[in-house]
Amino acid sequence: MHAGIIFFLVILGSILFHIFTPWYWTDIASNWKGMDDTITLTFWVGGGVFVAVCLFMIYCVFKFSYKEGRKVEYKPEDKKLEKILTVATTLGVAALLAPGLIIWNQYVNVPKNSIEIDVMAWQWGWQYRLPGNDGKLGTTKVVNINDDNPFGINMDDPFGRDDVMVQSDIINLENNRPVKILLRSVDVLHNWYVPQFRAKMDAVPGVVTYYWFEPNKVGEYEVLCAEYCGVGHYAMRGGVEVQDSNSYQQWLGEQETFSELLAKQNKEIETKKVAKNNSNIEKVIYKEEK
Amino acid sequence: MSDEYENKSGYQAQSSEALTGSAGSTPDMDYVRPAELPEQDLYHGHTFLTKWVFCQDAKVIGVQYFLTAVFTGIVGLILSWLMRLQLGFPGLAGFITAEHYYQFVTMHGMIMVVYFLTALFLGGFGNYLIPLMVGARDMVFPYVNMLSFWMFFVAVAILMASFFVPGGPTGAGWTLYPPQTILEGTPGSGMGILLMLVSLALFVIGFTMGGLNYMITVLQARTRGMTLMRMPLTVWGIFTATVLAMLAFPALLVSAIMMTLDKVIGTSFFMPTILKAGEVLEYGGGSPILFQHLFWFFGHPEVYIVALPAFGIVSDLISVHARKNIFGYRMMVWAIVGIGALSFFVWAHHMYVSGMNPWFGFFFATTTLIIAVPTAMKVYNWILTLWRGNIRINTVMLWCLGFIVTFVNGGITGIFLGNVSVDVPLSDTYFVVAHFHMVMGIAPVMVIMGAIYHWFPLITGRLLNETLGKWHFWATFLGAYSIYFPMHYLGFIGVPRRYYEMYDSPYMTSAVGMNEFISLAAFLVGAAQFILIFNIIKTLKTGKPAPKNPWKANSLEWHTSTQPPEHGNFGERLPVVHRWPYDFSVPGSKDDFIPQTTPPSEVVHTKVEKT
Repeated sequence: MHAGIIFFLVILGSILFHIFTPWYWTDIASNWKGMDDTITLTFWVGGGVFVAVCLFMIYCVFKFSYKEGRKVEYKPEDKKLEKILTVATTLGVAALLAPGLIIWNQYVNVPKNSIEIDVMAWQWGWQYRLPGNDGKLGTTKVVNINDDNPFGINMDDPFGRDDVMVQSDIINLENNRPVKILLRSVDVLHNWYVPQFRAKMDAVPGVVTYYWFEPNKVGEYEVLCAEYCGVGHYAMRGGVEVQDSNSYQQWLGEQETFSELLAKQNKEIETKKVAKNNSNIEKVIYKEEK
Repeated sequence: MSDEYENKSGYQAQSSEALTGSAGSTPDMDYVRPAELPEQDLYHGHTFLTKWVFCQDAKVIGVQYFLTAVFTGIVGLILSWLMRLQLGFPGLAGFITAEHYYQFVTMHGMIMVVYFLTALFLGGFGNYLIPLMVGARDMVFPYVNMLSFWMFFVAVAILMASFFVPGGPTGAGWTLYPPQTILEGTPGSGMGILLMLVSLALFVIGFTMGGLNYMITVLQARTRGMTLMRMPLTVWGIFTATVLAMLAFPALLVSAIMMTLDKVIGTSFFMPTILKAGEVLEYGGGSPILFQHLFWFFGHPEVYIVALPAFGIVSDLISVHARKNIFGYRMMVWAIVGIGALSFFVWAHHMYVSGMNPWFGFFFATTTLIIAVPTAMKVYNWILTLWRGNIRINTVMLWCLGFIVTFVNGGITGIFLGNVSVDVPLSDTYFVVAHFHMVMGIAPVMVIMGAIYHWFPLITGRLLNETLGKWHFWATFLGAYSIYFPMHYLGFIGVPRRYYEMYDSPYMTSAVGMNEFISLAAFLVGAAQFILIFNIIKTLKTGKPAPKNPWKANSLEWHTSTQPPEHGNFGERLPVVHRWPYDFSVPGSKDDFIPQTTPPSEVVHTKVEKT
């Protein structure tokens, strides 16, 4: 008898835990409320089945526990009952699958007006690139990456010159503007994940993967790497700041473009040359003084 | 489900043994096809070495598999303690660095899935039970069977050796995803990963030897009257799982070989162009996602390789201890076969956010949710078996009930994760960890424990102590449930898996208390397993001798010439089977069970259903 009571308390405890848990979703900050709703629906249907099955089991434990000479039903099969259960389960499963697929269809079809963001990942960090005035990102190659060309942009690609480069692990986004996250990695798998946005996708070296969302709540969020990428995985964090239009445009204006970086580097190279010459001159002078 | 009662006297002349055991009754009822093949010659070992070490008796091999698997399981358990120590009380054990933590995670996962659960169910229970349950004297290829175990043993030895090589064991995660698996930045990317790959390859080779045995024994060596639809569901589960393993393990083997080549001679099967520490490595053009497809083509059937034997065994345990036939036997068989077949078409549900072509999501979500239907049918049939039964609430039944609760719980969360867009927020979080531990960790372990308490008297001739057994059950069940049930909610918050620590992330700081609680529960559950070990030692020394067939079961393993069964299992004559193993509480029958060997003529007045 005590077995049935303990099992009952476990089920009751599970339900109470679910109702009163302080641990639940972070407040959603993107358009993917449909995912939350499908989870809620699955919780009701699935949770209902779980509770029903367990309560039935517990009832059997109470009602039919061993008694010498109890009359036991002998009924190997019940076609009708089995058929009813199969059909009911199939319908229930289909009811859960349908919204799942509908939302997936939205997830894989990116809205036309979304802004593309190149998210580049490596062990262990992030940086970002936005299209410039032409609205297009320049193409890239891993082998192009070096100190002078941190994103590996193809030099002969005209679209790349005005790309906005954010060499920081924090990216700003415009509120209520859909973004298409284009993920790439230069070494191993990573995953750019902000729990409040709900969405995620792996960054895979060798290919560009994507997903999209529309941030709809101004604020700062933490980016977590969600695909194991070696010992630094747990420390591979980043940040997102969702801003209203004005602040975003202001921020965007302050960022460096690729051509600006190139110009600066050329200048640097020249100043370096000058410096080198100067130092040579100094050396010469020094020698002469000796 | 007993014999057809039609007159087959025309064939009787051929049957030499058909009339035995039916003294003085109408012989027609008891007709069983005559034997077509002569009996198997068995090699009986005489020295200690041939009797207990390089033994060819499937029962001894089963026990060898069992003990070796349990050893790896204990290693896996200790690793989980160390992980929980770090997660619940970060910094308390200073020696657990991030490298070590990831090595623990990896080895724990691989050990528990492959070397513990798979080896235990198929190698352990499969070897012990298949010949006994189908009425064979041994596996059909005893010598190969012996080699199978020793291959497994070597694989385990190599796996354990990787703890002691420079750099330690691999810390790539049990999924071994390239490129990081073989690159620096991942612990054990040198010798550790190589030993892991070699060990896996040996495991697959050894398993193939065993698997051929299980399959062919079931298909070819069943005793007379043991039709496929009279086999205990345990055998159906193990048999189907073996077929899955034979089809799935090659994918693991080839991916291990390809990765070894990538690592050793620098091929690029899975390796694209990679920039590491400012240098472009000499790889190019390979696909990391290809590995994931290969791995999960093995990995998903692997889940069912563990689950199907558990389904089968628990069906038998529930039926015996509820004193009632398993409800919907044929449905149960077809569900096992159907789940097995479907399990090859769902693998990419592990990869919804892997970067594969997202359009695959539609297909794999649909197939995954279809698999929920036969699985649900099995659950219904288990609880319907309890309905109007006569349920012994003993230790074995408690484990079965614990299985139902944890399995249904884990199955339901599987519907979340299988449903593509619902998977997106939950994937790679603790929700996944909680789900798969509940459904393929705790639930199968519940069955293993139930099976140990159930078959212990058969194997050793002694009954385990019930009081200790119940303490063991409640500590394990309540502890494990309180580990994994709340863990789902960590996943809802968004806490990612495989994080060594969380720093001051708001996600984790809100859950510090829960993490401590989970860790304490994990320590308790692990410690509770020592109750079983103590129980076993105590029972072997001073336990109650078990009466023959103590549970009053019908299947053949309880109707051997001696208990525990000797080499050859059945004495002089192989048993002849007249019915399915689930004739419990048949109306009109004197006892509440009719063994499979009982001919219809001995139970004339019972109303056995001919289905």
